[in-house]
Amino acid sequence: MPGRRVRARAVLTWIAGLGLLAACNGQIEGGADEASAGPPAYGDTFIQASIGDIGGLIPSLTSDQSSHEVGGMIYDGLVKLDKDLNMVPAMAESWTYSKDCLDLTFKLRRDIKWHDGYPFNADDVVFTYQAMVNPKTPAPFKEGFLLVKSVDAPDPYTVHVHYDKPYARAVETWGTYILPKHLLQSFVDAGTMRESPQNSQPVGTGPYRFQEWKPGEKVVLVANPDYYEGRPYLSRVVYRVIPSQATIFLELKAKGVDYVSTLTGIQYARQTEYPAFRKAYHKFRYPASDYTFIGFNLKDPRFADRRVRQAFAHAINKQELIDGVRLGLAREATGPIRPGTWAYTDKVARFDFDPTKARELLAEAGWQDRDGDGVLEDKDGKPFTVTIRTNQGNDERKKIAEIVQQRLKEIGIKVDIQLIEWAAFIKEFVKPRRFELVVLGLGTGTDPDQFVVWHSSQRGPDQMNRTGYANPEVDALLEAGRSSCVQSERVRYYHRIQEILAEDLPMIFLYNRDALPVVAARIHGVSPSPSGILYNFNEWYVPKAQQRYTSG
Amino acid sequence: MALFALRRLLLSIPLLIGITFVSYVVIGLAPGGPLDFLTPEDPNASPEVKERLIKEFGLDKPIHVQYWQWLKRAVRLDFGRSFLPDGRPVSAKIAERLPVTLFLNLIELAIIVGLAVPIGVLSATRQYSLYDKITTIFVFVGFATPDFWLALLLMILFGVQLGWLPISGLRSLNWEYLSFWRQQWDFFAHLVLPIVVATFGGLAGFSRYMRQSMLEVVRQDYVQTARAKGLSERAVISKHALRNALLPVVTILALALPGLIGGSVIIESIFAIPGMGQLMVQSVFSRDYPVVMGNLVIVASLTLVANLVADITYALVDPRIRFGGRRGRA
Repeated sequence: MPGRRVRARAVLTWIAGLGLLAACNGQIEGGADEASAGPPAYGDTFIQASIGDIGGLIPSLTSDQSSHEVGGMIYDGLVKLDKDLNMVPAMAESWTYSKDCLDLTFKLRRDIKWHDGYPFNADDVVFTYQAMVNPKTPAPFKEGFLLVKSVDAPDPYTVHVHYDKPYARAVETWGTYILPKHLLQSFVDAGTMRESPQNSQPVGTGPYRFQEWKPGEKVVLVANPDYYEGRPYLSRVVYRVIPSQATIFLELKAKGVDYVSTLTGIQYARQTEYPAFRKAYHKFRYPASDYTFIGFNLKDPRFADRRVRQAFAHAINKQELIDGVRLGLAREATGPIRPGTWAYTDKVARFDFDPTKARELLAEAGWQDRDGDGVLEDKDGKPFTVTIRTNQGNDERKKIAEIVQQRLKEIGIKVDIQLIEWAAFIKEFVKPRRFELVVLGLGTGTDPDQFVVWHSSQRGPDQMNRTGYANPEVDALLEAGRSSCVQSERVRYYHRIQEILAEDLPMIFLYNRDALPVVAARIHGVSPSPSGILYNFNEWYVPKAQQRYTSG
Repeated sequence: MALFALRRLLLSIPLLIGITFVSYVVIGLAPGGPLDFLTPEDPNASPEVKERLIKEFGLDKPIHVQYWQWLKRAVRLDFGRSFLPDGRPVSAKIAERLPVTLFLNLIELAIIVGLAVPIGVLSATRQYSLYDKITTIFVFVGFATPDFWLALLLMILFGVQLGWLPISGLRSLNWEYLSFWRQQWDFFAHLVLPIVVATFGGLAGFSRYMRQSMLEVVRQDYVQTARAKGLSERAVISKHALRNALLPVVTILALALPGLIGGSVIIESIFAIPGMGQLMVQSVFSRDYPVVMGNLVIVASLTLVANLVADITYALVDPRIRFGGRRGRA
């Protein structure tokens, strides 16, 4: 199960505008030749392959990516992400902060109707909040709502949110799926949301209406003609569940699907480079919102020494990993913040590939080859041996471990590799912090707040600071960054955090992978942007002459 | 006879309970639990939700208590609801998957039997002939070919290169809009590849059994006798030999019954067929205990029933078994 964290993390970004994929200026590739396109037309069916079935149709209760992709079409939030990763109004017309960042007021649009014709108003927003914080609601992501002190609706089109302390991600929180009060109230009260009809026959306000879910087979959505931002051009959207990656690729080659969210490196670079494929599909490439890293266990006395961590960074050639593992389809990572977002900076310390320097640093830290066997020892003659662990079934991570093993051997460190099934890996090694080095990936949201990953208070077994990193300066910056709603102040905090992390190296940030989606060439209106390609899905169309599925 | 069947039936009840208990414990011991998949490895996931779900699912109780709770409901045929966010009843989940798997497997079995019997009989009666050698090679190739590999090759050839057959799924996406006969044709076309792949492997084993069984029978005295009294070779083979040779094969058939329900994970995954095999694997991977147990009870009961049926058929045919318990062997 590669990248489970990454998937789950898509939640907040997805809601807010299908923006799973991040970007960098001038690094977006791929594109459509729009010259021969006819005028926009309604109709046709858009078929998307999905490797897993959806978990349910109230996406707030699920954590898998498929559910959130489908949910993002059926439901709307008060705000969403635009193509440049900025928050923009959606169901809300506008929002305002009070000076102290404690009060947030949304003005709602008046022209929104639920798919069953029922008018939408502020009661639904208040209800959604109440449903999310209800202890009986098994929603995996409710942190943002628990920080809210109160929500009220002074009139049917105004929502007033009050916080105890300033919360930087407040607006982002309200990109959540707004749920229909008139259909769900009784189920929320009874704590049976999962069993409600809404979870199998959802009613939302989004651009697409639910038509059918055949478990394990497909989900069918149809365009909502009354959508408040205008009817989407593509009339039907079908998510086909195809549990085999190989089959998805063959379906793609046979033109059985119109969109695949990400090809593998080898598929992108080699297996799709022939004329017929290039004619049938457009390929795109831009940085995805996750990074792959090698994490140290800072509880291990050897890695508690920063010089050892820096020596490891010098010993590893990131570009070699990118070329060898991703066929060049990734970019060197400098820190945990998503490149292309306002908080990102690449002006941080870098540790270039330099084995000599690595050896020097290790010697400084007391590691020398005392018996001439090619392996370094400490003063007592104990050899430097470590185990790199990662989850089974992720070929990329396995290859990283192998290349790093070779590179570390060159500076005199003996490395073993252990691959463990995902659930066991997390439960037996990562959570109890019984590891030396791990190769893993982590998703980055659009907001830079990473309090839970780096703050010293988050080092418990069920918490996310898995390396056990503790730095008082970073703690203070994280707290400050999270409690400000003024972006210009926050920029400073997060730049400083990135500088410190790059020096401290609680983990070696390896690379940001590229997302490699393909879209059928008959679909027009696709225009890559920093947030990916799906942000303007409602404007995608197929000219009448090229429409393939006439029915529906 | 009825007594024999009844006794066997009663004996299988404790056996079934034993199977479910062991399964329950084993799946519970597997690393990770349903919560690891419901509350993701994510910075923003809330730990309270986890505790709440653990209570709701009853996972905070000791495993024997959990099992007892499950058993009490299971005897009333209530298998509970799935742990997944859809929260649907286990019986509904199984009911929507079962028909496809059953249908596919019945067709496969029919084809396998239809082809394997003549292949086996012919290669037995012409042992060491060219035909026998060719089928032997064919059979071993079939046995050794991994079905996912064969499936991909056939998909590339017929789906991508030639474009004659659909690659995956059971129906085209515009199925509802086709005429009745086009619908049937569409469905049939989707079935061709999965069935070919599934039968290819099964055919190999089955025709070997048939050959073996036939070879043993032709050497028996009564076949010699039949020949000696001047019957034509055709009559000897079809009337005397084949009937007896089919006996062990019938047993194997009965034992294949649970497999009909279980479905093939590989075939279903690769051809994107939403059947029982996929359901079972997904529920194991996501540690969806109620669905795993629901599936297991069905498959285990069928295995027991199949065993019973096999024994009863034997008893019907062979009096030595029927009365063996009381009179001792003759």
